[in-house]
Amino acid sequence: MSSTLDAPRSRGPGFSYTLISVLVRFSPVLLLALLWEALGLSGLISQQMLPGFGEIGSAFMSMLLNGDLLYNTARSVGRAATGLAGAIVVGVMLGLLMASFRSARLLFNPIVQIFYPMPKSALIPVVMIWLGLGDSSKILLIFLGCMLPVVVGTYNGARGVNPFLLWSAASLGASRFDVLREVVLPAAMPDILSGCRTALAFSFILMVSSEFVIATDGVGFLISSLGDGGQYPAMFAAIFFVAGIGFAADRTYAAFARRLLRWREA
Amino acid sequence: MIDMAEARPLARAPNSPVRKAPRPSRSIAPQVIDIGVQVTVVAVIAGIWEFGARFGALNPFLLPPLSVVLERLWEDVLAGTALVDVGLTLYRALVGFVIAAIIGIPAGILMARSAVVRWFLDPLVSIGFPMPKIAFLPIFVLWFDIYDTSKIIMVAFSCFFPIVSATYAGTASLDKWPIWSARSFGAKERELLWEVYLPMAMPQIITGLQVALPVGMITTIVTEMLMGGRGVGGAMIMAGRFADSVGVFSGIVQIIILGFLVVKAVELLRRRILAWHPETRR
Repeated sequence: MSSTLDAPRSRGPGFSYTLISVLVRFSPVLLLALLWEALGLSGLISQQMLPGFGEIGSAFMSMLLNGDLLYNTARSVGRAATGLAGAIVVGVMLGLLMASFRSARLLFNPIVQIFYPMPKSALIPVVMIWLGLGDSSKILLIFLGCMLPVVVGTYNGARGVNPFLLWSAASLGASRFDVLREVVLPAAMPDILSGCRTALAFSFILMVSSEFVIATDGVGFLISSLGDGGQYPAMFAAIFFVAGIGFAADRTYAAFARRLLRWREA
Repeated sequence: MIDMAEARPLARAPNSPVRKAPRPSRSIAPQVIDIGVQVTVVAVIAGIWEFGARFGALNPFLLPPLSVVLERLWEDVLAGTALVDVGLTLYRALVGFVIAAIIGIPAGILMARSAVVRWFLDPLVSIGFPMPKIAFLPIFVLWFDIYDTSKIIMVAFSCFFPIVSATYAGTASLDKWPIWSARSFGAKERELLWEVYLPMAMPQIITGLQVALPVGMITTIVTEMLMGGRGVGGAMIMAGRFADSVGVFSGIVQIIILGFLVVKAVELLRRRILAWHPETRR
């Protein structure tokens, strides 16, 4: 069975073959699902605690049809995307500045050092006091929480650039800005991208947890209000949906990053 | 397959910005100047915070003066509440983290050594790793109620994935030569595990722990905020709901100190455990 992990894919990847290999690879997930269903049916654990997949599925469909799920997801993803985009733009610029100029490094390094180890979820009450319960507080939280991994990734990447590349670019007459854009940025790209991946994961964590604590809409709010109302099948459905979105976002990002780094030799 | 790409920036961060690349010769040691300038920067920021809030440039409700915040913190320390809160937060984070390590490290090693375990765990870990685990919190509340059990299980659940995938990645990609030479000297599997596999995978395992610990702290704070009760997160959200901004900022100061100490402690531990490893001598 384990051979599926490193099986040579020389047989043409026909659709049925791919389907079967995916099924075999993810069979443990199916096993767990069966166990879940059996525990619920056997009555060892109450149906309240462990609703069956039929119930969860129908709750999911009804939430999907009445628009609750899509509306709240759109609100949440909008916030996360805004905060994350800001964090990536500002974070990359700040990281490059810190790597290229000593004065920027001396100015920002102590701030990064102090705030990097801080658990970012602690900022939830602060943004609540600053900006209230609306969108802006959560966007600010996600922006602040996601920025540091990007700054640190960019800084490490830009500082680790082979100096020979910099010297040869400079000796060919590139200006400082050209060197930054044509040499430092591409060479630091792997580190920047992995910093952004951490930031992507943080954005989901902060999005969901801030909506648990302070919100009037969004998936986190949806989940906690379903839980408070005792609608457990719907709550499970929403949780699995959010987890699925997080998973899909990470996979999509990883594929995108691989595409972006195609030019690198291995 | 599990991708450890996301583990890198966090893991490298601790020893990154400050002590990089000493510059070539100059009369005063450049590190001394650097440190001096950076201390000044921190002092200036603290000064702007303090006097800006005091003289009305910044709204004292939105950003209470630093001295007022520190005074509140000191009162809470004397009253004992700050220590109870910080202690409880630390206890939950560390217990959850240790449980995750106790399960995650052996699971990762077994994944690398046994095909059955790998077949079972690999898809689960590769699905679970990128998920926002915090979303599962209401399920744990439903199953284990709102007290310490559910908080600790939630923390352990979110710490488990970085640890298991780092351990697996570390033990699966070992250099074959030391293993073969140990075998040819007659080492048994058990000795191999303790003398070869574990030490060789140790840097990656510790990197996984270094990724997991901040995640555990974030999760602890969120669980405390949601379920209330004692703990830094609970105290902060209470202060926030009562519009007690001094209380919120005193919580922030506690958490900054706590996070800083915990992260530095793990860095020290890494240097101790890996004292034999070339990375320490860099």
